[in-house]
Amino acid sequence: MAGLEDLYREIILDHYRNPRNRGELETPPAHMAEGFNPLCGDEVQVFLHVDDDTICDVSISGQGCSISQSSASMMTTAVLGKTVDEARQVIRAFKAMMSIHGDDLDGSDHDPSNETVGSGVSLGDLEALRGVVKFPVRIKCATLAWNTLDQGLSEAAG
Amino acid sequence: MTVPADNTETPLDVAAIKADFPLLNRQVNGHQIVYLDSGATSQKPRQVIDTLDRYYEEINANVHRGAYHIAEQATSATEEARAHLQCFIGAPSPREVIFTKNATEAINLVAYSWGRANLNEGDSILITALEHHANIVPWQQLAAERGIEIRWLPLTDDGRLDLADLEQMLDGVSLFAFSAASNVLGTLTPVRRLADAAHAAGALCLVDASQAVPHLPTDVTAWDCDFMVFTGHKMCGPTGIGVLWGRAELLDAMPPFLGGGEMILNVTREGFIPNELPWKFEAGTPPIAEIIGLGAAVSYLEAIGMDAVRAHEVALTDYALRTLNERHGDDLAIHGPADTDERGGVLSICYRDVHPHDLSQVLDQRGICVRAGHHCAKPLMKLLGVGATARASIYIYNDESDVDLLSDVLAEAGEFFSHQPA
Repeated sequence: MAGLEDLYREIILDHYRNPRNRGELETPPAHMAEGFNPLCGDEVQVFLHVDDDTICDVSISGQGCSISQSSASMMTTAVLGKTVDEARQVIRAFKAMMSIHGDDLDGSDHDPSNETVGSGVSLGDLEALRGVVKFPVRIKCATLAWNTLDQGLSEAAG
Repeated sequence: MTVPADNTETPLDVAAIKADFPLLNRQVNGHQIVYLDSGATSQKPRQVIDTLDRYYEEINANVHRGAYHIAEQATSATEEARAHLQCFIGAPSPREVIFTKNATEAINLVAYSWGRANLNEGDSILITALEHHANIVPWQQLAAERGIEIRWLPLTDDGRLDLADLEQMLDGVSLFAFSAASNVLGTLTPVRRLADAAHAAGALCLVDASQAVPHLPTDVTAWDCDFMVFTGHKMCGPTGIGVLWGRAELLDAMPPFLGGGEMILNVTREGFIPNELPWKFEAGTPPIAEIIGLGAAVSYLEAIGMDAVRAHEVALTDYALRTLNERHGDDLAIHGPADTDERGGVLSICYRDVHPHDLSQVLDQRGICVRAGHHCAKPLMKLLGVGATARASIYIYNDESDVDLLSDVLAEAGEFFSHQPA
């Protein structure tokens, strides 16, 4: 049985209690994208300043549970300073980790998500969110900010 | 002589009732399940489950079509259920009891059929600030199409309807659509008074009684309303079955909603003649098993007695409000009226700064089922200044031990998410 400690790792609670890059950026030059989780009412705004194909600033506002807030906080630290392409790779890697089929459910060493993601993308602290896959209704909490960032990158680039 | 124990003792044998509900025997995450989400859907007693089985095993046939024995049995069981529902809600005639998929479809039926036949640009309707999306969005769709105005009756600080300006707000309104009981705050609204005010202003009224019919005696004649909707699955019945009740002269004058089989008297290449009530509004093969199952649910509730159901919920809600507030003090906020005379057993909870989603996760680890989220009432959540709440809602199979466990695990959740370093 998956216990609470599998879900609420210490680093997750730390990002929840002390969110990084919290607040709003001036638009323009930044772009704002908004995401909703219709299930629970969580809302997130991702502010994104892309300059010369690089994410030179990113911040988060909105409200949500510990999983959605910590995931958003960790996301900002993971993509800040990255190029748009690099950020998209991180998004893909994270979403692959959050895919139930990509999870190591049978306990074997083989992890198919590695194959779809490709090598070279390290998720670092974000690995702490891997336990969320054991709680399927919470996956949308974890991916809310990421889907919103994805949408924001497309809009900002467009 | 003992002092009468008003509001404090349940008249129900909860242990015996619990034993009727097979699901309540199961374990979740290693713990006996504690089901506190009956506001979302109730559990089903063995009597209802057996009725569904018996229908499929013994009399499954399409209704109002075949002349053979089991088709007649299925048809008469369906119409007996309708007559049973009619008595249960105090309706004058079974012709006025329309089976729908749920309460949402029932409101949509009124919005499409009555609304589109009667409302045009410049007309207005009144709803309230505590409505479920089901009693908001169909009117917004109508407003977008017809340019009608939607007015919102405000709330008092403790979550009751603010009736101070009711007469002015009803001025010129064609329809007043309101809930009999809030699915977020538990608030019971003064249905008869609101219906009288609507009629005095020349408006019709529609009562969304989804959170009332399962919990209190219901009498549409005493309410003097024009339309009333509710759903079966919150009152021990199956999913996929709800009811629209409407006054016969209104329903007779309304055009059909969905077209197809069952709802016609005759069809030619040139057109069709609609069927009589209630079938005029029941296009296609109805959910026969669910209708009969809902009839069995009504029998089950009648055997307990709706007055006893209400007395039980008042006693348990009173216990919950008292013990939760005493133990948790300022750590806990329960939205809605404090007086159990004015509320049902729906407790929307905010505990410290623990997000409701996290709270429900911790409760789930102990087998406790509560709903976390916006409860399909986002405009109300905005008014309350919260994105979400955790909602514990009680029913006939809950008792004080369920509330006690909820209280214990709230404290555990508070510790777990405490902002103090571990």
